[in-house]
Amino acid sequence: MASPAALLSRPLPDVGGPAQPLLSVRGLTKHFPLKGGLLNRTRGVVQAVDDVSFDLRKGETLGIVGESGCGKSTTSRLIMALMEPTAGEVIFDGQTVGPGGLSMKEYRRQVQMVFQDSYASLNPRLTIEESIAYSPQVHGLSRRTAIERAHELLAAVGLEPGQFARRYPHELSGGQRQRINIARALVLRPRLIILDEPVSALDKSVEAQVLNLLMDLKEQYGLTYLFISHDLNVVQYMSDRVLVMYLGRVAEFGPVEAIYAKAAHPYTAALLDSRPSMDPDRRRTEPPLSGDPPNPVNPPSGCRFRTRCLHAEDVCAATVPPLAEAGEDHRAACLVHSPGSGHSKAMPHAA
Amino acid sequence: MSSTAMSTTTAGLPLAPQPVASPGYWQGVWKRLRRDPVTLACGGILLLMLFAILAAPLLAPADPFQTSMLRRLRPVGTPNYILGSDELGRDMLTRLLYGGRLSWFIGITPVVIAFGVGGLLGIVAGFAGGWVNMLIMRVTDVFYAFPSVLLAVAISGALGAGVFNAILSLTLVFIPQIIRVAESTTTSVRNLDYVEAARGSGAGAMSIVRVHILPNVLGPIFVYATSLISVSMIIASGLSFLGLGTKPPEAEWGLMLNTLRSAIYSQPLLAMLPGLCIFVTSMCFNLVSDGLRAAMDVRN
Repeated sequence: MASPAALLSRPLPDVGGPAQPLLSVRGLTKHFPLKGGLLNRTRGVVQAVDDVSFDLRKGETLGIVGESGCGKSTTSRLIMALMEPTAGEVIFDGQTVGPGGLSMKEYRRQVQMVFQDSYASLNPRLTIEESIAYSPQVHGLSRRTAIERAHELLAAVGLEPGQFARRYPHELSGGQRQRINIARALVLRPRLIILDEPVSALDKSVEAQVLNLLMDLKEQYGLTYLFISHDLNVVQYMSDRVLVMYLGRVAEFGPVEAIYAKAAHPYTAALLDSRPSMDPDRRRTEPPLSGDPPNPVNPPSGCRFRTRCLHAEDVCAATVPPLAEAGEDHRAACLVHSPGSGHSKAMPHAA
Repeated sequence: MSSTAMSTTTAGLPLAPQPVASPGYWQGVWKRLRRDPVTLACGGILLLMLFAILAAPLLAPADPFQTSMLRRLRPVGTPNYILGSDELGRDMLTRLLYGGRLSWFIGITPVVIAFGVGGLLGIVAGFAGGWVNMLIMRVTDVFYAFPSVLLAVAISGALGAGVFNAILSLTLVFIPQIIRVAESTTTSVRNLDYVEAARGSGAGAMSIVRVHILPNVLGPIFVYATSLISVSMIIASGLSFLGLGTKPPEAEWGLMLNTLRSAIYSQPLLAMLPGLCIFVTSMCFNLVSDGLRAAMDVRN
């Protein structure tokens, strides 16, 4: 049995080989009961995440995009096991998490998270080095070794340990704090890092620095990223594959080039159209998408996007669209791409 | 948090000059307090008062219980009676010094006990959530439904007069108030990302409470408790005034205010003295608590 210090100096070994997905999410569902009224009765259910499945390949960056309230952050917290799913499971490198599989402590060592709010994610009463050295101590490192490790990680994220180690979070800028959060996520040598809108609160100039740092660290530490953002340009820059979510469900999933070149789902197309453009020919005066997403308490029947969709037909209200093939490694939850679905634009019969 | 010497850990890194250590949290609080003259002055007055009442046997010019039918209600400034004498001819300065001991004791003790009990229950309720929270908070709400003075009078009235019962009733009045503040502070801290991050790294509940919750909630709860001291002193005096607290011949500011009531027309200045003491003390406690709250906010 190796000492904790030796164990935490490198990531845990690859179990299933390169072809085994690092993370498999199967039918992940989170419904929040909406309580109120007399005797706290359940008056409705918020379907925050509904039947979400995807594989995360080793070494890739998977971007998750969608409007606010579409379930991106709930998904990340479910994967982090910070909340209990209503249904579904998470498989890490071929092993289930829980009894008979990976222990929660081993799982937590391998999956870490960087939060959006760089200030709220650091304890204001701990110095920078204490904040970073906290989790190694939870995993059995001595305080002294943990702080040594914290200094190494500070240097790795480009902050001079001698200058920053003993400072407090409120003395630093947003970009510096986010670097510290990245160092804290890295200190356990995880294999997967969930980045929940890591640059959304930063200035554009700082944003680029942090994104490039994330790219470098991924190379250096052999990481896999789950990158959550509402900024389509950032997702395009960072990701290998993209998962588009709408109202708790997967709308489209595929390689970043394919999606950005030709979106298969009308929602993705509208999202991509909403980006500001320098090209006068692409200038438009109407918004590509009007209105707000419907209430997740009573989502529309069938396809959830049909209330805002240009191609909506009667059949869309009746059938929940399955994730249909829209290209190589590219799937979209739209009846147009589902042969034999009955939609006027779909192929009449299954090939 | 104490930190150990860092020389060995930084020595290996090529670029490390002297580690820049920021002042610790309490050093920062003290630095901000030093620039706040009102808080310093009030704190000074309170310290002087505390010293005076503790040293009452040495400072008092007379016996607090020595009555004299001949020298009743002497005005302020009478030779040998610097602050006059009360309705039974006892030296006023002596009575105020000894009375302060009891007033401070009855004012502060309930807040200290309520800080311990209420703080613990509130932090447990806030951190545990769920049915534990429900149980503690609903019971709290029952107490909270009554105005504090009314509740204190009701409990004291039921238990009977006396110092012990007055302290007990005030403690019961303050526990729900402190539970409320402790619970809401803990709930808001518990949902912050740094607590999520700690849970996400596999830390146990005890470690999270010790490292992440307590240091961030004890300050606000403590500040709230100090603001209750002034209320406590006023209610305690009120109980004595109503005959539910201290009993004569014991000296206590509220009780003195009551017994000197009849002299308000003949010796108004004299009759006001105990009230003035209560006013100055509770105001100082209030201002000190305000100053502490400002100084303990790191973003100032």
